[in-house]
Amino acid sequence: MLSDRISHRPLFQFSDQTLHYQGRTVLDRLSLSIVAGERVALVGGSGVGKSTLLKALREQLPDQVAWCPQQPGLVPMLSTFHNIYMGALDNHSLLYNLANLIKPLPAARSAVEPIAKLLGLEQQLFSSTDKLSGGQQQRTSIGRALIQKRAIFLGDEPVANVDEYQGDALLQLICQRHQTVVLALHDIAQALSTCTRIIGLKDGAIVLDAPSNQLQASDLADLYGAS
Amino acid sequence: MSTTHPTNTSASALRNLSLWFAVSALLCLFIIDIDISTTDPWAELGLMTAGALSPSVWSWPTLISSLANTFAFALQGVTFGAIGGFCLALGYRFALVRAFCAFIRSIHELFWALLFMQVAGLSSLTGLLAIAIPYAGTLAKIYGELFEEVDPAAANNLPRSGRNLSYFFYTVLPLAWRSMASYTSYRVECAIRSSAILGFVGLPTLGFHLETALSDGNYSEAAAFFYALLLLIGSLRLWLHLRLLPVYLIAVFYYLPPQATISWQLLVRFVSEDIVPTPLRGQSLYSGETLNSVGHWFNLLWQQQIWPGLINTLLLGQISLVFTGLLALALLPLNSSLFISRGRFMGRGRLLSGWTRGAGDSILILLRSLPEYLLAFVGLLILGPSMLPAILALGIHNGAIIGHLLGRYTDEINLRVDASRGATLYFYEVLPRIYRQFLAFLFYRWEVILRETAILGILGIATLGFYIDSAFETFRFDVALSLILVSAALNMAVDQFARYLRRRLQLKTTPESL
Repeated sequence: MLSDRISHRPLFQFSDQTLHYQGRTVLDRLSLSIVAGERVALVGGSGVGKSTLLKALREQLPDQVAWCPQQPGLVPMLSTFHNIYMGALDNHSLLYNLANLIKPLPAARSAVEPIAKLLGLEQQLFSSTDKLSGGQQQRTSIGRALIQKRAIFLGDEPVANVDEYQGDALLQLICQRHQTVVLALHDIAQALSTCTRIIGLKDGAIVLDAPSNQLQASDLADLYGAS
Repeated sequence: MSTTHPTNTSASALRNLSLWFAVSALLCLFIIDIDISTTDPWAELGLMTAGALSPSVWSWPTLISSLANTFAFALQGVTFGAIGGFCLALGYRFALVRAFCAFIRSIHELFWALLFMQVAGLSSLTGLLAIAIPYAGTLAKIYGELFEEVDPAAANNLPRSGRNLSYFFYTVLPLAWRSMASYTSYRVECAIRSSAILGFVGLPTLGFHLETALSDGNYSEAAAFFYALLLLIGSLRLWLHLRLLPVYLIAVFYYLPPQATISWQLLVRFVSEDIVPTPLRGQSLYSGETLNSVGHWFNLLWQQQIWPGLINTLLLGQISLVFTGLLALALLPLNSSLFISRGRFMGRGRLLSGWTRGAGDSILILLRSLPEYLLAFVGLLILGPSMLPAILALGIHNGAIIGHLLGRYTDEINLRVDASRGATLYFYEVLPRIYRQFLAFLFYRWEVILRETAILGILGIATLGFYIDSAFETFRFDVALSLILVSAALNMAVDQFARYLRRRLQLKTTPESL
């Protein structure tokens, strides 16, 4: 069936590809495919190449992914409202964007406010982001991804700066709003409870790739051991 | 037995370059005329000091109106310059835009004023354009470089890591805004100096009355205008706030609306005839005879004016650059907490230290506030016509600017508690650490010094400006324009060379308030 083939055609695909970071080989001869609807967690020690892989994924479908990097790249002197709205700049004309920069416009507010509310940022909506805590900044960054209303979410430790309880809720929210999700996570419990597939990276290669319901926390402990 | 190891220090490259510059300046010093030609410079200096101590205002309305005009031209010029510069900065990644900016800023505001005066007369429009055009070129460069240096993370994280204007206004402009505002406000101070100097060619600013009073030897009157200028510059930060800017803008455009009665006939004649080289006028361009006579015309111009003007400009520029550097290094302790307010280490009273640094820095800010053109004019009155007043004027003004910045820079140095003091501290700890920055500042200033060198020719020193001014006086606009273009080319060449040196020596390339 044609429709069947389309849905099983991978969104992202690497075959025998080598990924570099600053001239250094990080992932050697990588083969990997991710199809629509999957919720993937990338796990592994630091420096193992999770961020590099996420960046490579983003480059494959730049116009379809909502991007949530580890360094949120907020514009510190602008408000939470503006930093969230920034995700939607492409949907409006330059004139509208400029006017909204000077004075928040009603339509933009009604697009941003519900997102801010979901993220618990309604009190801080018109504070500049340099006045926010690390966790609030991270939620702002998630808000910027949510407002794009994309089908795919790529997040690099998107909840690393918030407490576990809030983090779980935010991950739930991200999964509700996106068909396909790829996350770099250091919290194994969160990875297992949120995602349907776990990809473990170690020593420049994929050493584990399995559905999360077949794994336990102890299976992942090896990834963090000495190499 | 002793073995010699080849020197391999980071300082040696900087030291060699400095040596070359110093040697070249010394050689230049032998060639040019730096004699004191007045019979009794001390007497003149005495008269000036007496005048400076007894300022007198002969007409308050004149003083107030020239003060208002000076401020109005400056603020209008910077406003239009900032708007133009901002638009140009948006395209600063294109080489053609960068070249255009370099060209318009390589022509000094006085030359722009002399050009516009031919078609727009001594009008408010002339004053506005003379400042706005070169300032647009400078501000475009600064804004453009600030935009390039903004942390790209904010833009890269957005959906399409976009290159369109919306992204620019959300992710680049807010990050660059503070630096832009502070640099632009510094340019207002510069523009007030420029505006005052425009008076020397006839516009109704402070310089006009300063020149008259100084030339007539009315030093008490001159002092009043001079203090008014210092007061205007010195008090800027007290009342020129961003929030009040709209009020001031409305006021200056209401007080001095930019207008001029331009005779179109005159304009057309100026553009199509006056500035065209004489042998080309009314001739067909491609006849051999015309080319021949243009060749002859240019050859004569080259031998009589361009070559001697170029050589003198370069010689004077080189000496002034080195003198500026020496002065800057000598003056920097005045604004350095390492040398002035480190009460604990100096063993003097701490109470004293706070205000001594303030006083030290005030000297630098005062010296910086003096327009070099005015300094040179005063120098000529005291020392007589030679290059000496020009060297002193350029060195004092620019040396104070760099000294001020370097002094502030030394505050970032973290010294060990057992660091030495005084001269040893300066030469062993401070100088090596700031030398790179010093050269970066000096090379930034090089282009400015050369541009000023050319302009001092209007005072009678035989640099390019001297020939340009003479050409304007004799209505030979074709010659004037050719010489202005030569001077622009020289400034752009030096700017490029300085940029090359900065890059080669890996000097910090971000602009400060220079």
